[in-house]
Amino acid sequence: MYKIVRKETLNDAAFEMEIEAPMVARKCEAGQFIILRVGEDGERIPLTIGDFDREKGTITIVVQAVGFSTKQLEKLEVGDEVTDFVGPLGRPTEFHDGLKRVVGVCGGIGAAPVYPQLKALAEKGVKVDVIIGGREAQYVLWADKFKTFCDHVYIATDNGELGTKGFGTTVLQQLIDEGVKFDEVIAIGPVIMMKNVVKVTKPYNIPTSVSLNPIMVDGTGMCGCCRVTVDGQTKFACVDGPDFDGLNVDFDELMERQRFFKKEEKYVDEHADRICDLMRGAE
Amino acid sequence: MADAVRRKPNMAKEKVKMPEQDPNVRNRNFEEVALGYTPEMAMEEATRCLNCKKPFCMEGCPVNVPIPRFIEQVVAGNFEKAYEIITEENALPAITGRVCPQENQCEGKCVRGRAKGCESVGIGRLERFVADYHREHGEHKTPHVEKNGKKVAVVGSGPAGITCAGELARRGYDVHVFEALHKTGGVLSYGIPEFRLPKTIVQAEADVVADYGVDFETNVVVGRTITVDELEEAGYDAVFVGSGAGLPRFQGIPGENLNGVYSANEFLTRVNLMKGYMFPDRPTPVKISPTVCVVGAGNVAMDAARTAKRLGAENVYIVYRRSEEEAPARKEEIHHAKEEGIQFKFLTNPIAVNGDEEGWVKSITCQEMELGEADASGRRRPVPVEGHTFDIETGTFIVAIGQSPNPLIRQTTPGLDTQKWGGIIVNEETMETSRDSVYAGGDAVTGAATVILAMGAGKKAAIAIDEKLSGK
Ligand SMILES: Cc1cc2nc3c(=O)[nH]c(=O)nc-3n(C[C@H](O)[C@H](O)[C@H](O)COP(=O)(O)OP(=O)(O)OC[C@H]3O[C@@H](n4cnc5c(N)ncnc54)[C@H](O)[C@@H]3O)c2cc1C
Ligand SMILES: Cc1cc2nc3c(=O)[nH]c(=O)nc-3n(C[C@H](O)[C@H](O)[C@H](O)COP(=O)(O)OP(=O)(O)OC[C@H]3O[C@@H](n4cnc5c(N)ncnc54)[C@H](O)[C@@H]3O)c2cc1C
Ligand code: SF4
Ligand code: SF4
Ligand code: FES
Repeated sequence: MYKIVRKETLNDAAFEMEIEAPMVARKCEAGQFIILRVGEDGERIPLTIGDFDREKGTITIVVQAVGFSTKQLEKLEVGDEVTDFVGPLGRPTEFHDGLKRVVGVCGGIGAAPVYPQLKALAEKGVKVDVIIGGREAQYVLWADKFKTFCDHVYIATDNGELGTKGFGTTVLQQLIDEGVKFDEVIAIGPVIMMKNVVKVTKPYNIPTSVSLNPIMVDGTGMCGCCRVTVDGQTKFACVDGPDFDGLNVDFDELMERQRFFKKEEKYVDEHADRICDLMRGAE
Repeated sequence: MADAVRRKPNMAKEKVKMPEQDPNVRNRNFEEVALGYTPEMAMEEATRCLNCKKPFCMEGCPVNVPIPRFIEQVVAGNFEKAYEIITEENALPAITGRVCPQENQCEGKCVRGRAKGCESVGIGRLERFVADYHREHGEHKTPHVEKNGKKVAVVGSGPAGITCAGELARRGYDVHVFEALHKTGGVLSYGIPEFRLPKTIVQAEADVVADYGVDFETNVVVGRTITVDELEEAGYDAVFVGSGAGLPRFQGIPGENLNGVYSANEFLTRVNLMKGYMFPDRPTPVKISPTVCVVGAGNVAMDAARTAKRLGAENVYIVYRRSEEEAPARKEEIHHAKEEGIQFKFLTNPIAVNGDEEGWVKSITCQEMELGEADASGRRRPVPVEGHTFDIETGTFIVAIGQSPNPLIRQTTPGLDTQKWGGIIVNEETMETSRDSVYAGGDAVTGAATVILAMGAGKKAAIAIDEKLSGK
């Protein structure tokens, strides 16, 4: 089974968990994700691998409790187990050759997926910077972890509580204006944020990698639920991605597709107690 | 073997009727459609078999079930003996009895079906009866097998993988089955719906195999969690790949990424594997509009359409570019679908999915077709009737036009040769691939086919693996 060995609350919406999954930890690379389930009959929830420890055999995930299933996960404590945990899924990030300086732009829990990618680049000797964005100071995640290998850690908050007042894109634009030359931008966060990062980078034609999070079911290429359009072609994010060339992603379609089950998700979230009882009864 | 009892055959032209749920009741629930024979009905149907000296029926069965021999035991009421005889050749009779396309296989060859107006012996129904009887009344013996110390890894727990694993375990091998999903059974679990194949039956049949000492490990994606090479390094003496054909095809027409479009795989997985039919009492959502359109006319399309009806759709259309005669689904499924009120639009090909401003499907545009010249496969090719298109208003469009093998194993196993379309190439005698000691079978080799063919391939591979590893 997959035991939770560490749990930390990050802010009022997000938490971090380290889970025992030796087979996944042995093999995973930056850019990949896992799917887990809480309880028999639980939903399959895709989550990016934030960090991993091959020796301990653990995977760290950072989760934003947004609805029924992520809230179920949040209820678990150290020592509890998740029912299923499968991975690593998706393709490992492929880094271009000849990179000299790369900047990560992360929004909210996007810090978790950006972290292993920048870390891998830093280990290859690439200079890396990061811009962490959050609505308020409490949503700015992992700044200390990034400091261990990033040249610069920039912070932006909507209300100006910490770092620059504004968005991650505000800082990115400033840096570009100041003449900092980035060979690549890695942007991960809410779709709207990734879309806006691409708006900044496109005029300069800066390669921009994004990690897409469409709704998924199996995560192995079997259902096609995770369809996204990249460069006019349909791709399955779980097997062809989740990293894609942001300059060619149809973000508007992705945002629409994420709304497919909005009404149903809301209903389940609002009736969570009753549904949990029913699910428990079945076990 | 003792001579079969001489008896006067029952010359009734038709099969003993199978009790079924009323179509207008069952199209609102997920319980099994066909209810199964009682012992009396089974014994009566069995007497219709002529116990032929040259049983043509067996030629039609891909795994050579000794059909007249087991039927004779049903005549005599020795159901347990009948079960033993069937399982000499077929490890999953409760499943094949329900889902084999019998009309093209065993029953298609039965002499009783040759005369005009006559039906063949209900071989599938009898097979199902015997298996169900055994599950409910039979003695469950855990077999003792001497282990031979050799290890085999099986990729995928569909019918090919389960059969291969069971056959090897019976021969003393230590067998580990690795399954990507959280449940075993392959298409039997995620694809074929509850009302045609109850999941308790799938699990019970898998448990029989587990009793031989097969170890099932779910949540392992071979190629990602561990590769075929790494399995070999870990000490497995052979690997069998039964990874199926799970990659859904789309038509490539405009609007396929609108909200309301599902692949049949997604739709059926949400309903079956994730129990979406119990939504909201289970959290994985599935939703449909009052009118649902399904494209395709295979078993998958029938299952999707009948599932949509059960979820409450008022109008369900099946659109198919050829005519009914070419429809690849089992005849019984088409018949059941019609009874349940599914509407068929043959010679109709969807050419566009139209959406509203917010990205939801609102209609599909269809092209009327007619049958032209025969193509290479001998089937008459559908060609568009110029200028004849029409729209169907619908909010849900389900694509059931076929699946191909998932490329993951191919991409992560160096030296594994595959066809252009993705099927793994094997030596048809042994099911061995271009990689030494790596075998494959089922849909991963043939593309989407049938349960019984997948089982046959799994068994053939098991025998070949045993011969190779035991140096026979
Ligand atoms: C590759 C990938 C990596 C992800 N990484 C992370 C991560 O590291 N941390 C994190 O907090 N979240 C991550 N997500 C999103 C996370 O999977 C969803 O937030 C979660 O499934 C929501 O489930 P829920 O029941 O709590 O909320 P719901 O109320 O069901 O949904 C809230 C929103 O989440 C999205 N969502 C719902 N169901 C799914 C699903 N089955 N698959 C994907 N998205 C869904 C929808 O856009 C929905 O509007 C990732 C998603 C993908 C596809
Ligand atoms: C909806 C539907 C209805 C059908 N109806 C009928 C019918 O009535 N009669 C009939 O005879 N046939 C029917 N079929 C076809 C039949 O189900 C298949 O031909 C049969 O299941 C193939 O068996 P298989 O073992 O080769 O593969 P599958 O049943 O597809 O099983 C493959 C398994 O391997 C797993 N897997 C894949 N890749 C990996 C990996 N990399 N690592 C680990 N595991 C992996 C999959 O998750 C899956 O569980 C139907 C198919 C569908 C989809
Ligand atoms: S396995 Fe299928 S084809 Fe063979 S006898 Fe049974 S139902 Fe007929
Ligand atoms: S062909 Fe028909 S009648 Fe003859 S043995 Fe087979 S099932 Fe019986
Ligand atoms: S999630 Fe099913 S194909 Fe990607």
